[in-house]
Amino acid sequence: MTLTNTPLTRDGMAARVAQDIPYGAYVNLGIGQPTLVADHLDAKSGVILHTENGMLNMGRAAVGDEIDPDLINAGKIPVVEPPGAAYFHQADSFAMMRGGHLDVCVLGAFQVSAGGDLANWHTGAPDAIPAVGGAMDLAIGAKSVFVMMTLFAKDGSPKLVPSCTYPLTGVGCVSRVYTDAAVFEVGGEGVVVVETFGTTYDELSDRLEVPLKKG
Amino acid sequence: MTAAICDTAAEAVDGIEDGSTVLVGGFGMAGMPVQLIEALIEQGASDLTVVSNNAGNGDTGLAALLAKGRVRKVICSFPRQADSYVFDGLYRDGNIELEVVPQGNLAERMRAAGAGIGAFFCPTGVGTPLAEGKEAREIDGRTYVLEYPIRGDVALVGAHRADRMGNLVYRKTARNFGPVMATAATTTIVQVSSVVEVGELDPEAVVTPSIYVDRVVKV
Repeated sequence: MTLTNTPLTRDGMAARVAQDIPYGAYVNLGIGQPTLVADHLDAKSGVILHTENGMLNMGRAAVGDEIDPDLINAGKIPVVEPPGAAYFHQADSFAMMRGGHLDVCVLGAFQVSAGGDLANWHTGAPDAIPAVGGAMDLAIGAKSVFVMMTLFAKDGSPKLVPSCTYPLTGVGCVSRVYTDAAVFEVGGEGVVVVETFGTTYDELSDRLEVPLKKG
Repeated sequence: MTAAICDTAAEAVDGIEDGSTVLVGGFGMAGMPVQLIEALIEQGASDLTVVSNNAGNGDTGLAALLAKGRVRKVICSFPRQADSYVFDGLYRDGNIELEVVPQGNLAERMRAAGAGIGAFFCPTGVGTPLAEGKEAREIDGRTYVLEYPIRGDVALVGAHRADRMGNLVYRKTARNFGPVMATAATTTIVQVSSVVEVGELDPEAVVTPSIYVDRVVKV
């Protein structure tokens, strides 16, 4: 277990996730913060990005004259088409996901449970309009599901919990949780603290309700 | 019979009946058949069930159809967006029904309809509120839920180019739901940016063969 003196920034979290993506992996990055991971995957990483609206080897965000309304990512942001890109329709795009062909997906979350349950689509509030997109398909489809989130909500409550109180996206699907304070392995025999940033194992044990193990 | 090439979008959407289920292509604005939707608004069909990935953006296209009060129910994966205020207002006021479907299930349920599949066991959503009440089965140690096809009376699709038989090619990520929806509706209506002569499309590159296409209009 390595120790650093300060919590990670969002960019630092993205860099830490990128470090654990295997060479040459096929990867889907969820909308929002996980998109930042792409900034830390250079050509040497060999990573091929999948976007669920129907493209493999998706390129970076388009700028200026590169912007084409027919060429967007899942967040509806214009992107570019590098050599080696491929297009396919929605049923194929989700078949490659559900069929276990994607190596890694990185998702944001409201909550992750010690057992690897994921809640990231709906707060359950009575006036909220539910919207799921591809989150449930990704959660059960990719070989490894990584979550990237802050460890504590704005009100200070932990987002790594014994069991999720928000409606679930997937059951037992998450393997690793990357936060500003620590990296955790979940879903196995207890929650393993892999690495901490600006905090200690003992402090985390005090603040979290889930039993921890040292990695 | 191969596709009819229509002169106008109005001609292309002629005869769509009240109470129809309409599959509307597009992911955001990419592949959205805007001119066909505008023609449908003019045509006047109401009490529609619309199946689309989103529930309209801004004030045009699908959002305009919703704003006219023509849609009874929306089946989609992601209604809530920064500019989905037309849908949001209708939903909050109780003036529209919503069925939220995971995006891959939306696609696969339409694929099943087009491929003659009666229903299929799918792992997506198991253990979540979206699988509640659905028949479940354990197969080789994994739990699946039974999902039924989504059929359309009509599909409105935006493609890139058609030949005069109705073979279609798409452009980049605007392909999205088009090829699947084209298979899943009784009448498939397609808007394209150009119609070429038979033989001008590379047969190796045709994405939607003409058998799925009923009407084509250049916009």
